[in-house]
This record gives sequence, structure tokens and C-alpha cells, in this order.
Amino acid sequence: MITFLTYLINGLNIGSVYAVIALGYTMVYGVAKMLNFAHGDVIMVGAFLAYCVCAYLGLHPIIAVLGAVIGCTILGILIERLAYKPLRQATSLAVLITAIGMSYFLQNMAQLIWGSDTKSFPSIIQGDAIVLFKTVQDGVTKTLTLSPINILTMASCFIIMIALTLFINKTKMGKAMRCVSEDKGAAELMGINVNLTISVTFAIGSALAAVAGILLCASNYAPLSPTTGSLPGIKAFTAAVFGGIGSIPGAMLGGILLGLIENLGKAYVSSELADAFVFGILIVVLLVKPTGLLGKKIHEKV
Amino acid sequence: MKKIFAMVLSLMLAMGAMSAFAEDAITIGISGPLTGPYAMYGLGVVHGAEIAVEEVNALGGIQFALTYEDDEGDPEKAVNAFNKMLDDGAAMMAGTVTSGACAAVAAEAYDMRVFMLTPSASSPTVTEDRDNVFQVCFTDPGQGAASADYIVQNNLAKKVAVIYNNGLDYSTGIYQTFEEKANELGLEIVSVTTFSSDNNADFSVQLTKAKDSGAELVFLPIYYTPASMILKQADAMNYDPIFFGVDGMDGILSIEGFDTSLAEGVYLLTAFSADAQDEKTQNFVKKYEERFGGTPNQFAADAYDAIYALYEACNEAEVTAEIANQRRGFADVCEMLIEVMPTITVEGITGTMSWEATGEVTKTPTAVIIHEGAYVGAK
Repeated sequence: MITFLTYLINGLNIGSVYAVIALGYTMVYGVAKMLNFAHGDVIMVGAFLAYCVCAYLGLHPIIAVLGAVIGCTILGILIERLAYKPLRQATSLAVLITAIGMSYFLQNMAQLIWGSDTKSFPSIIQGDAIVLFKTVQDGVTKTLTLSPINILTMASCFIIMIALTLFINKTKMGKAMRCVSEDKGAAELMGINVNLTISVTFAIGSALAAVAGILLCASNYAPLSPTTGSLPGIKAFTAAVFGGIGSIPGAMLGGILLGLIENLGKAYVSSELADAFVFGILIVVLLVKPTGLLGKKIHEKV
Repeated sequence: MKKIFAMVLSLMLAMGAMSAFAEDAITIGISGPLTGPYAMYGLGVVHGAEIAVEEVNALGGIQFALTYEDDEGDPEKAVNAFNKMLDDGAAMMAGTVTSGACAAVAAEAYDMRVFMLTPSASSPTVTEDRDNVFQVCFTDPGQGAASADYIVQNNLAKKVAVIYNNGLDYSTGIYQTFEEKANELGLEIVSVTTFSSDNNADFSVQLTKAKDSGAELVFLPIYYTPASMILKQADAMNYDPIFFGVDGMDGILSIEGFDTSLAEGVYLLTAFSADAQDEKTQNFVKKYEERFGGTPNQFAADAYDAIYALYEACNEAEVTAEIANQRRGFADVCEMLIEVMPTITVEGITGTMSWEATGEVTKTPTAVIIHEGAYVGAK
């Protein structure tokens, strides 16, 4: 039982990280109707920025987080302005290819700046793990522990989710986002600044990416290297589709479920088939419910 | 303007030809990962070889020149690097560094008749059925058996867990012989978990299984990057068994940002420990620290020994720069060296080495323990 709970906690932890990444994918998709495949690499840049502030400048982790968030926000806006904005009227395929190109560009830039050696991410939060439960069975001590980084990851995920929902539903900018998401042309006619709205979406998505990158590396789910963001990025994209792309609670649910399935699959099915298991479930869900778990069915008007 | 351009161009061509082809020296080629997640291995090898080549040349006998290429540990890139180095005049290889890449190059080198002495590619597939490939490091099966032996001899643990990468020949090879030897010696393996090269960062499940099975020692026949993640995650979950690694673990102390206190007490089966007090090791370590900074790892030491072994073999077989530098000279050199390799004995810093005709080396493994961020001879 304790072992099962341990897997559950770890699953929730990695799931929370996937959820924060998936939020970035889903927001950008919802508003700009494009798949930003460079998102995974913005995560990596965020983690590297935090690493630099922590390891090279020796500043407090909180400053590192702030620095990474600000850096990634600027990067996100820049990417949107330089690479995606000129393609606003282009076919979605052209935008997709541009996003893939941007992804490689960021990876190679990172390799140029920081080299391709893996780096070990410093722990951003100190303290001993809390022992929740302890039993001795056949001479083997089993403990259920909750480490500070577990708590931090899950808590940040929860807070981000609530803040984002409030932002979308209660603020003027959130309203604008919902409008642009519904119908870009009509929103423009109603006097909504569509370009600004999309830029803000990218800024928020990239800021979330920075947080996700730091949580990912600080919870030791990935060593820091220029390709750190690739696989988690793809998995989070899967999570976003799983939960219903374009839906914020969907991204959250998809991310956490994905983390749980991955970890439990690893534990009880096979540690090397875990990924196959995750993507297998995705296929089944999409076959049964093509819009994802919480996705809205889109009625095409004739 | 055109004239100046032509002059510059011809000068550049002449210089290029000069640097690529040293008339009176035998060129040795090395390819290995100089960038990427296995860079510590390749850099160690190149640096170690550079020091040895310098020393050998100072002796005044046979002169060596070194050419090296980055293959990122990738078989395809390694074969390209191999061909490029032959074009650049290499007469023999002191590589390739990693097993997978080395096996690919070895197949090519066997057909073309190029002599290879790899410092660090430890898989038996590298030398299998090829008379032209020799190793300086232990083979994987050797390492697995020796590890089990060491654990039992020194009474380190009764119950062990193993975490290995089953997508890697190196890792699986060591695990299999470890298991055989452990069964033979009555060492109980209580948990065996695997991971794949794509999924090599989250070990919480594997560590939980090891912990809950009551393992006192976790055997890690894996590379240093995943090993560093395991150490961090074990620390986060308050699991503190003895960790026991083999040569792939070498390099863990050099990862940027890695808190070396996490590696305190980790055992490492290796043929080289930088704190050995003999004159040869001291000299090598001192030179290495002066030139490249940091303590040399086992890869550097193996490469250093590889160059001396080549020197010994070339002397024994009377290979000269003249033979080596003729057209397709590498093929002649290859046959001459194959002849003498089983007959020579080399006193190196990784032990006294002699070779079987199959390419396998004979030397004694020792264990080091990590203490305060450095290797200390165990026992």
C-alpha cells in the first residue's frame, strides 16, 4: 500500500509538471489556433536561465525563478513577433513548420551558448522530506515520504491553474482572449486588439514554460541539456490533446492523468514500456472521444 | 587582386596538406564523443592520449602524431570520422571510445585492415571474430563478474538491487554476467529494474522498488548521467544504500553543477585510481591537472596506456613512419601489429597488461570509493 502511494505521489508530481507545460500549449492553441512546438524548448531555456542565475551568479533561487520567468516572457513575445506574426494569414501548415524550425533554432542556440554537456540542476528548495507513514515488514522499513519539492510542484501547479482560470474569466484581457478564441474576425470587428491579445497569450504561455522548466529540473525529472524540453514537451502536448486541446481544466486533468498513468504503468506493467502505455491510452481515448476528455465539440456552421 | 587571392589559396592548400600529413611520424586516429552526454569519456581519452604522445615523442624513438574527430558516440558519425581520419593519413586507431560506435567502426576496419586498440569500448561485440581489434579496458562480462566477486569478497552487502539500461549492450552485458556470478556466489539479487535510453531521467519507480525490497546495495552498470539522477533522487527520498558502479560511472564527479557530496561513499570498479602513489600515476595526474584541469578519469588513463601499448607494439613489430605513411600503409601496419600484440606486456598506470589473440586484455580490476569529491583506493 505504501509503495502504491509512493508511486501515486511521484505520478502526481510529474503529472503536475506536465499539466503546467500543457497549459502553455493549450492556451496558445485556444487563442492563436496554432501548435507551438517550440514550447518544449522555451521550457529548456527557462531552466537554463534559472541555472545560470543560481550557479553562475550564486543568487537566491527565488531571484532565479523571477529571472527565468521574465527572460522567457520576453523570449515568448519575441518568438511570436518575429516568427509567427508575419504568418498570421498563412496556412496552418506553414505556421506548424515554422514552429518546428523555431524549436530546432532554440535547441541549437542553447547548445552554442551552454554546450551540450548535461548539467546538474541545483536544488531550489532545501529541507528534509516529511515522513507521512512508516512500517516495518519482514525487516524492511517502508516509508511514505513527501519531499519539499513534491509539495512545491503540486502547490504551484494548483495555484497556477486557479490564477489562470480567474484571469480568463474575470479580467478584460481574459474576456478578449475568449473572444479571439471564438472568432478572430468578429473579435477584431468588435474593437478587440487581436495582435495584442495573441502576444499576451504567448507571454503567459512562455512564463508558465519557465516555471515548468524549473519544476521539471528541480524535481530531478530531467538532467539539464539543450534537449531537456523535447520529450516532456511532446508528452505535455499529448496531455493537452488527452484533456481536450484548447481547454484549461482539460490540460490540467490530462497532465495529471498522464503522469499517473506513466508512473503506475512503469511500476506495474513494465519500466521500458511506460511510454508505449501512455501513448496507447491516448489512442484509445481519442478513438472513443476525439475531442479529448474535456474538449468541446465544435459545430461547423454551414 | 586575383593573383593575391590565388597566392593565399595555394598557401592555404599547402598548409592544409602539411598539417594533415606528418612525414616522419606515425599518425594515430581517435574518434569519440567530444560533445554531448558522453563527452567526459571522449575528452578524457583525447587528453590522456595527448599527454602520452608527447611523452613518447620526447623519448626520441618512434614519433607519433595524433588526429581526432568528434563522433558524439553515434555509430554512423564514428564511421564517417574513421574514414576521414584514414584520408588524413592515420595508420592505426586508438579508438573508438564508446562500444556501439566502436563496433560499427570495427566492422569497417576489419574489412579495410586497419589496426584498432580501443581504450574504453568494453563490449565483447567490439572484438568478436575480428583479429584486428584489441582493448585496453576490461570487457563488460569481466566487469560484471568482477563486481559481484568484489561485493562478496568484501562483504559489502547480502541483498542487492540492480538498475540497468536494457537498451544498451554495455549495460545488459554487465548485468548478465553480474547475475550469473552473483547466483554462483550466493549473493541475493532482490530487485532488478530497467530503463531505456529515451526514458532515462525519472528513476523514482526503480528506486522505490529497490528500497522496498530491502536492498543494501544498488548495482548500477550504467553511464554517469543517469547515475547522477539516481543519486539525486535517492537522496530526495531518503534512501541511502551503497551504490556500486563500473567504468561507465566514471565522469560523475565532473558533471557541471553536480553536488559531489551526493556521491560520497559510492564504489566504482575501475582499473585506475588517480590517488595511487606510484611515480607513473603521479606524473600523469600532475601533467593532466596542469594542462586540462581536474582529475583524470579512467578513460584518460586507459588512453594513456593505449598509446604506450601502441608504442611498445610498434617497436616490437618494427613499424616505421615510412611503412605507415606509404599508400594504404595502414594495412601493412595492421598485419605487423596483430602479430606482436599477444606477445607484448605493458606496465601501464591501469595495471600490467597483456593481450589474448582475441583482443581481450588481462589485468586486475581494483575498486575506488568516492570520498570528498575524489577517488580514493578502496581497501
